[in-house]
Amino acid sequence: MNNFLLLPIIIPFFFAMILMFGQKNLKYQRITTILGLIISIICAFALLFNVKENGPQSLTLGSWPVPFGITMVSDMVSALLVLTTLLITFFIVWYGFGSIGKERERFFYYPGVMFILTGVNGAFTTGDIFNLFVFFEVLLMASYLLIVLGGEKAQLRESIKYILVNVISSALFVITVAYLYSVVGTLNMADISVKITEINQPGIVTVIAVLFLLVFGMKAAIFPLYFWLPNAYAAPPIPVLALFGALLTKVGVYAIMRTYTLFFTHDLAFTHELLLVLAILTIIAGSIGALAHFDVKQIIIYNIVIAVGVILFGVAQMNEVGLEGAVFYLIHDMIIKAALFMLIGIVIYVTGTTNLKKMGGLMKNYPSLGWFYLIAALGLAGVPPLSGFIGKLLIIQGGFQAGNTWSSIFILASSIVVLLSVIRIFIYAFWGEQGQVSNNINKTTFNIMFFPTVLLVFISILYGVGTEFIVPFMDDAAKVLSDPSIYTDAVLKGGN
Amino acid sequence: MKVNNVILQFTAKIVFFIIFFFAIHIFFAGHYTPGGGFVGGLVTASAIVLLIIAFDLNTVQRLLPINYVYLVAIGLILALGTAAISMFVDQPFFTHFFDYFYLPLFGKTSLHTAALFDLGVYLVVVGVTMTIIQTIGDDE
Amino acid sequence: MEIIMAFVCGFLFMSAIYLILSRSLLRIIIGTGLLSHGAHLLIITMGGFGGNNPPVLADGVTEYVDPLPQALILTAIVISFGVTAFFLVLAYRSYQELKTDDMTQMKGSEDHE
Repeated sequence: MNNFLLLPIIIPFFFAMILMFGQKNLKYQRITTILGLIISIICAFALLFNVKENGPQSLTLGSWPVPFGITMVSDMVSALLVLTTLLITFFIVWYGFGSIGKERERFFYYPGVMFILTGVNGAFTTGDIFNLFVFFEVLLMASYLLIVLGGEKAQLRESIKYILVNVISSALFVITVAYLYSVVGTLNMADISVKITEINQPGIVTVIAVLFLLVFGMKAAIFPLYFWLPNAYAAPPIPVLALFGALLTKVGVYAIMRTYTLFFTHDLAFTHELLLVLAILTIIAGSIGALAHFDVKQIIIYNIVIAVGVILFGVAQMNEVGLEGAVFYLIHDMIIKAALFMLIGIVIYVTGTTNLKKMGGLMKNYPSLGWFYLIAALGLAGVPPLSGFIGKLLIIQGGFQAGNTWSSIFILASSIVVLLSVIRIFIYAFWGEQGQVSNNINKTTFNIMFFPTVLLVFISILYGVGTEFIVPFMDDAAKVLSDPSIYTDAVLKGGN
Repeated sequence: MKVNNVILQFTAKIVFFIIFFFAIHIFFAGHYTPGGGFVGGLVTASAIVLLIIAFDLNTVQRLLPINYVYLVAIGLILALGTAAISMFVDQPFFTHFFDYFYLPLFGKTSLHTAALFDLGVYLVVVGVTMTIIQTIGDDE
Repeated sequence: MEIIMAFVCGFLFMSAIYLILSRSLLRIIIGTGLLSHGAHLLIITMGGFGGNNPPVLADGVTEYVDPLPQALILTAIVISFGVTAFFLVLAYRSYQELKTDDMTQMKGSEDHE
């Protein structure tokens, strides 16, 4: 019994509720949001070190005996993800002070952000498959609000499609949980893992595994199911886009990671092979999109798709090295995607356009912006010693260990495409002739947007350079993922 | 468009209270038998909707000057607060407590913290439903 | 009983898919409602039909139905209620803004190259 692990979920929820009062008072809204985020971050740090010291923590709500109540589990993977989520949101909210616009700030923007945090942190922490669905819905409801906030025509048009896709995938989720319940008769994730091991994964469970891949793949944007992502993400303003790009698809990736390492580990030749093939197709599709577009938003959005492919490739290896790489790369990608979206948001702000062909020569007036963009771009592509390097290295090492030589080499080659796609922005926007420049650039607004971005880029550099300090945490995370018994023991035996 | 619907307006005023008390009955019935905050909230909202149909949005807003968004927030705080009580007495989150009390008029009554949680749900449901109806009905 | 339920679920899914594939936004929303109803019926079928009494505390009752699927359905119904309501408001707002409820006129974006 340990209520502490709930705090990163409850605190944003509580602050979301008090933020629903006083919508018109901008100062109150901003200060309360920042306060709530800081308190949550402190709790998340404390939780991380607690998990490091004492192993996975679990709590069954309402004093129910273990497999019957809703269990919340915080192991190394979820503790790390919860902390990263809160940190990124802190910087994005800060960034939003300059760019989101007062209209939106006065209309439930901050409660929306806090509710999305509740959902994301809850999804990372829960140990109950139906509760995962509930937290998914919490974060989706908040994302519906944020994507449509402002009510521009493009936003309305795209959010209808976004909601429709997600409603269908939610219905599929419910159906899949129903099938799973009829086979194993339990909803507790640790208990499901044990029960599936007992019956040694008959064919029906493999079918359920594929259904889960479909459900989560729709949220994570894997190959055939990513069609909704580029347009829907391009509609909302940059801070919301950064929040979505950094967090929402990653929740889907986390759910695939969790179910494919905890439940469906007995028919690797089918399920994980399928995951591997889909991961590679996802990378190809994302690369084509990232190279084809001349819209800065679209280029980075397609890079989300590529990163999802790389992470899932690591998961598909199903060995400790590959999984460690996957967790490493997952957190790297959350940080760097948020930073990149914030950087191109500034580029869009100073040029007043999203079209690369109209930009140019920003290096002359904004040299620091250019260099920070270059660092972030190199980090995304995985140039050592920046943050993407170690994760990709471990993923590829895992691939070689599992005997997938050619596909590992393919992942390595995909880095070059990633580098090309983001360097293209650097070349077009920062070099060359002076391009279009926005008329109304406010120096204070620029600074409000620039400082959190710089800090986030610094964090990503630290994440790459300070790998030594992070590796012990990642080792624990990889152990939990590669050996389900650590997780199940923590829940079923260590719980109460 | 001015319609003279005296009968509807007169009936609605009475039926509103019948539906409202029925909602309260359902709410308390939910303690041990089917019923509860969600259904009670929906029934209450339907009573208010009946008033809106009989009169119009502005009249009802004058009659019941409630900010429904605040109602949602208060309901959520109540629900979360009830769930969080147990954290302060070192029990897992969401643990409920109940005991029997002798109250004047009622005699031996069982009081349960789950009822407070349900009250939160009730307020949230009324608030959400009415917010939606107001949003759609606003610009007519 | 399970066979009948399977047919009912299948019929609901079929109608839902037909409606979701149509052009009018309102039909699509009704389709999503039917889709979630089908999913809820499926949960209750998957929970099994054993026991003839409601899972409520009462004397002298020994055979209960499984209460868990019912709890799941209640949660899922509340969620789909919220989503459908939000979707309806959004549809109404976008009908006001875009002056159409035809999905074929909402595809793509005009500022694309």
